[in-house]
Amino acid sequence: MSNRRDFMGMALGGFTALGGIAALYAMKRSWDPLPSVKAAGFTTIDLKPAQENVLVVEKWRGKPIFILKQSKEMMAKMKEEDKKRLIEVDGGHYAVCVGLCTHLGCIPGYRPETNDFLCACHGGMYDSSANVTKAPPPRGLDIPPFKIDGTKLVLGETGPEYEKMLADGTTLKV
Amino acid sequence: MAHFDENAKPFSHKWLDERLAIDTLNRVLSTEYWIPKNINFLWAMGMVLAATFGILLVSGIFLLMYYQPNTSMAFDSVNYTIMSEVGYGWLWRHVHGVGASVVFLIIYIHMFTGIYYGSYKRGRELIWLSGMLLFVLFSAEAFSGYMLPWGQMSYWAGMVITNLFSGGSLHADGLVEWIRGDYVPSQAFLNRFFMLHVLLLPLAIIGGIVLHFGTLRLPHVNNQDGEEFDFEEAAELYKAGKKKESKVIPFKPVFLSKDVFVMGIYFIIFFYLVFYHFEFAMDPVNFDPADGLKTPTHIYPEWYFLWSYEILRPFSTNVGLIAFAIAQVIFFTLPFMDRSPNVAPASRRGLFKYWFWALLVDMIILTFMGKLPPEGIWSTVGLVAALTFMALWILLPIITKNEKKL
Amino acid sequence: MKELKIFGIVVVFTLVLYWGVEPFAHSQMHKHIEGDGFKYSDLKAVTVKGDAKKGEALASACIGCHSINVKSMPAPMDPVASAQAYGVNPPDLSLAGSMLDEKFLVHFLLNPAEVTKSKHFAMPPSASSEQDAADIAAYLKSIAPKEVKPKEAYEFACGRCHANRYGHWTQIGDVPKTKSNIKTGVDLGALEFKKNLGVYQNKLADYMGKLPPDLSIMVRARSEHFLETLVDDPQSQLPGTAMPRVGLNEEGYEKVVAYLDETGDPSAPKRKAVGPWVLGFFLIFTVLAYLWKKSEWKDLH
Repeated sequence: MSNRRDFMGMALGGFTALGGIAALYAMKRSWDPLPSVKAAGFTTIDLKPAQENVLVVEKWRGKPIFILKQSKEMMAKMKEEDKKRLIEVDGGHYAVCVGLCTHLGCIPGYRPETNDFLCACHGGMYDSSANVTKAPPPRGLDIPPFKIDGTKLVLGETGPEYEKMLADGTTLKV
Repeated sequence: MAHFDENAKPFSHKWLDERLAIDTLNRVLSTEYWIPKNINFLWAMGMVLAATFGILLVSGIFLLMYYQPNTSMAFDSVNYTIMSEVGYGWLWRHVHGVGASVVFLIIYIHMFTGIYYGSYKRGRELIWLSGMLLFVLFSAEAFSGYMLPWGQMSYWAGMVITNLFSGGSLHADGLVEWIRGDYVPSQAFLNRFFMLHVLLLPLAIIGGIVLHFGTLRLPHVNNQDGEEFDFEEAAELYKAGKKKESKVIPFKPVFLSKDVFVMGIYFIIFFYLVFYHFEFAMDPVNFDPADGLKTPTHIYPEWYFLWSYEILRPFSTNVGLIAFAIAQVIFFTLPFMDRSPNVAPASRRGLFKYWFWALLVDMIILTFMGKLPPEGIWSTVGLVAALTFMALWILLPIITKNEKKL
Repeated sequence: MKELKIFGIVVVFTLVLYWGVEPFAHSQMHKHIEGDGFKYSDLKAVTVKGDAKKGEALASACIGCHSINVKSMPAPMDPVASAQAYGVNPPDLSLAGSMLDEKFLVHFLLNPAEVTKSKHFAMPPSASSEQDAADIAAYLKSIAPKEVKPKEAYEFACGRCHANRYGHWTQIGDVPKTKSNIKTGVDLGALEFKKNLGVYQNKLADYMGKLPPDLSIMVRARSEHFLETLVDDPQSQLPGTAMPRVGLNEEGYEKVVAYLDETGDPSAPKRKAVGPWVLGFFLIFTVLAYLWKKSEWKDLH
């Protein structure tokens, strides 16, 4: 007799647990970022006004975005493999990356005299293509997903040039 | 001195029992917590209330993640963000709104069960009083919660109810402004009622529930016949295996199994309302954003406040306020106004039987009248019902003093 | 048995309580208005047949105030300037032929203020004879697109007076995406739009007597019946109101309501989808609970 009782009790308990899991799923979904937050994840940037060796800072998904137009001298100094990090639009070459140090997230400062970035927090350094030149950062500044639209870049959408950078390992997914 | 066996495996049953007395707790709180066998499904309303409170708490947590207690954002944070953007936000909102209304139906059923069976006498006075305290706390929680969507009903209910504190001829306008934090219900008012609804009152309610359970422990739960018997003796019978002869059952698993079944029926009805029939809990008037320059044609409290609202309305300001104040506290006095020592169902208590049904019907009529516009025949019926309410309570000590001892 | 009787009593009292507080009380508070069902019975039937070709020539006069987007004909003024001139922005006419009742449209062209039952109506009589009016109506009917999205229907019928913030719609158009200046946080685009909207709304409120309400959640703030009878004839539900009788036909009204449902009750489809599962779960839960209860109480009686 006690077996039937225990069995029914366990059957009920198990079935209730299923309901509990469904409720937990609904709770997890309530915690998800809202559609309006995800939709706000696109920014259009016009590259035309950028000047060579002058850092331009924009915002995308709340994060600072560095846009640095490369001058002929900067291109001459650059290693061949680092040129893969650049975006070419309308004859100009631009480094476009998330302005957060890949070490622990501080914003590195740009030094036009030496064409490099120095992160004040722990001394990390990057060249003008934003590839890392001095530890502790583990890699160059990350490149956001982008799509080229004339002389404009749409950050948040992907285009073939960005897909290639991902495939090459030039950048990790942001 | 506690004894700790060094061979006991960490987190094993024995190990936990040495440290937390889980076996004792299990005995005292469930397997040897004795409930009379002679009960019906109405005895499960307490657990139904606890479950509903739990549902309100959990749904409230998810609403709290997105609600903005700011007069310009509150309405849309609920009706746009939560209802359309948040994953299952609409579900929490409907559950919370319907739950807040249904909980009062169960509270009234629970209360009237207690009145019918005399569960407020002979050692159970504090159970009744702590329960009435919980009723007041839940009322405050419901009122403060209703302010939050900042719709037309929120605003004007806030305006009217805080105006009550001006005390009629006392003209305590300073007090009213102090309560509101401003001349009219505004940002200050919204924020403080948000604080009350989300923190202070839930904590008080949890404390009240603990107190309510505590007051129940020694007198034990009542039974359908009001019979007084020896719980220890009945427990011994049960433990000896004489379950049919024993007058008690253990809370776990026997009473709990009936509780859970009643809760199942309740949840079917509850969720039917949540998904298909919720306008009674989410009144259309509150889907107009608050407008301090326009009073809606019809304002009324939520249904569970209507009976007491109607006691306020038919009289002149001062008389009405006094009647209203009396109506709020009169139920506290029940254990002392009922002068008969009989603990028995109302059906066996002579005139008290008629008193009980008259009170119930009168409160239902007051509820109806509280919703209707105070015009013509409705205001007359309301006046008669309010006077009847007062008369019934005056009659109670008289009726019960002369009640035959059972 | 006894418990069933007690349960029955509780159920009866609860249902009585519900009846009094809800259906009964609401029937006392809101007298039932029957409504005309978009038949416009107060208007005489139109006896002449409209000629769309003649109507096209006559309709060229409309471009003085109205745009006709389906024919790539723009309005002479932007919405804000129109509001400053007339109090409100005249609607685009692409949908007029499909969403408005034909009989209504003919009478309307002859005497807009009288037929819309709004004395201040800014549009003057725009046809000199019933034949001319019928011709214009026929032309508008011929150019109206077959497919109408609910939002387009709303924009035409309601959108120049009623905003819908949950649909991101204002009286002067959808809220545009703008960007702030990164150095100052100032969003000039948004400020400019807000200013234009403010100018428009002030003018509109002067024209109408007050600002027509945002309809985002109106579908939950009023009953289905109220909304239908209101749009059919605003004076029937709100005597003395400045809201004009718009002249929608039944299909046009359905489309408008579809949009109001989109913005005001977007979770309705999900509710309908999830409800049966939750109720089904608790049905099974209750059966299992009953079986457990029975097994626990078996040897107790």
